[in-house]
Amino acid sequence: MEIPRDEQAFLEYVQSGGQVETTDWMPDGYRAKLIKFIEMHGNSELMGVLPEREWILRAPTLQRKLALTAKVQDEVGHSQLIYRVVEDLGKTREQCLADLVSGKSKFHNVFHYPTKTWGDVGVIAWLVDAAAIISQKALLKCSYAPYARIMKKICWEESFHILHGRDVILAMVTGTLEQFELVQEALDRWWGPLMQFHGNPIPREEDPMFVWRIKSQGNEEARQQFLDGYVPQIRELGLEVPDPKLRKRDDGVWEYTEPDWDELRHVVTGHGPKTEERLAFRRRFLEQEQWVRDTVLAA
Amino acid sequence: MSDVFEVFRQERRGQPFEHAGSVVAPDADFAEVWAREQYGRRGESVALWLVPRGAIRDVEEWADEFDLKYRRVDGYSIKARLKEARERAGTA
Repeated sequence: MEIPRDEQAFLEYVQSGGQVETTDWMPDGYRAKLIKFIEMHGNSELMGVLPEREWILRAPTLQRKLALTAKVQDEVGHSQLIYRVVEDLGKTREQCLADLVSGKSKFHNVFHYPTKTWGDVGVIAWLVDAAAIISQKALLKCSYAPYARIMKKICWEESFHILHGRDVILAMVTGTLEQFELVQEALDRWWGPLMQFHGNPIPREEDPMFVWRIKSQGNEEARQQFLDGYVPQIRELGLEVPDPKLRKRDDGVWEYTEPDWDELRHVVTGHGPKTEERLAFRRRFLEQEQWVRDTVLAA
Repeated sequence: MSDVFEVFRQERRGQPFEHAGSVVAPDADFAEVWAREQYGRRGESVALWLVPRGAIRDVEEWADEFDLKYRRVDGYSIKARLKEARERAGTA
C-alpha cells in the first residue's frame, strides 16, 4: 500500500495498523518523535548494564558471573541494534552517545539508582526486566517496521533475562533467613521506582507515542499488566509488596498508592542518586575506547 | 569508511530468510563478526545473509495500466454465477 504523503492521511494510515519503512516518506513530527523515543530506549539499554556490571566480580558463583556477563553483553547488543535504527532515521550513533554523556538525552528512571546487595541484582533482573518487557512487547506492533523487527530479538532475550532473575531470587528465598531478607529489602527499595517505571497515567489518546502508534498501549495499561502478572508471583514466595493500599478490585483493576511523580521527574532529568557517577563512567570509556573505533574504521 | 549491511536470518533449514536488522561495518568480514554476535549467539539462526545496502534494488511501484486481474484470485468472482448455475440446475 502507498504511504500517504500528507500528515493527516499518514496519521490515519498508522492508526489503522499501517507500517512504515526507512525509505518511506514520513512527517517530520513523526520522525522526531521516533528518534526521541528509540534513542531513549537505546540509552537505557546501554546505561542499564552499569548497575549489573558492578556485580560481575561480586556474583556469588562462577555460573552467576557468567550469566550476568552474558546478560550485560545482550543489553549492550540491544543498544547497538537500537542506535542503528536511530541512525537510519537521521541521527548518528556518535551524536546519540555525545548527547547521552552530556546529559542532554534521557534514560530510564530505574538505571539511576544504586544496587546495594545481590538481592538488588535479582530484583532488577526479574522485576525491572519484567516491567521492561511489558513496554517492549507493546513495540512489536510499532508503526515503524524496522524498530518492530529488532524488538522480536530483544523481547526474546529479555524473557530469558527474567528467567535468570527469577532463578537468582528463588535461590535466595529458599536459602537462609538473611538471604530472604536481602530480597525483601531490595524489593522495598525498588518498588517505588518500579511503580513509576511505566510513566504517569496520561490517557493513551493524549500520549503522542500512542497517537503515532509508536507504542500500542497506554502507561496505565502497562502498569496494570505488570501488577496483574507479578504481584501474585511476588506474594507466592512469601515476600511482601511494600504498599498497604495495593489491592485488586472486584472488577480486576489494581489500586495502589500514587507513585511519586516528582521523584520520577527529578531522577530522569539527571538528578538520580547514581546519575552523575554512571554518566562519568560512560564518558571515560567513550574517550578511552576511541582508539578501537578509529582502528576499526581505518581498516 | 563504513557501510550498512542488511542482515537476513534463517531460523531453520528450508525456511525463508527474513530481514532481521542491520550492522555498520568497514567491510564484509567485520560485518560477519558483528552479525554472528547479534543474530547467532544462541543458535537462533542456522544461516545469515549479509547484503551491502547499496546492492539492494528497491522495487515499490506497481502499475496496473492494463488491468491484469485475470492473473489474480480477485479477478474471478464466481459467487453470483455459481448461484445462478445452481438455481438453473435446481440444486440450490
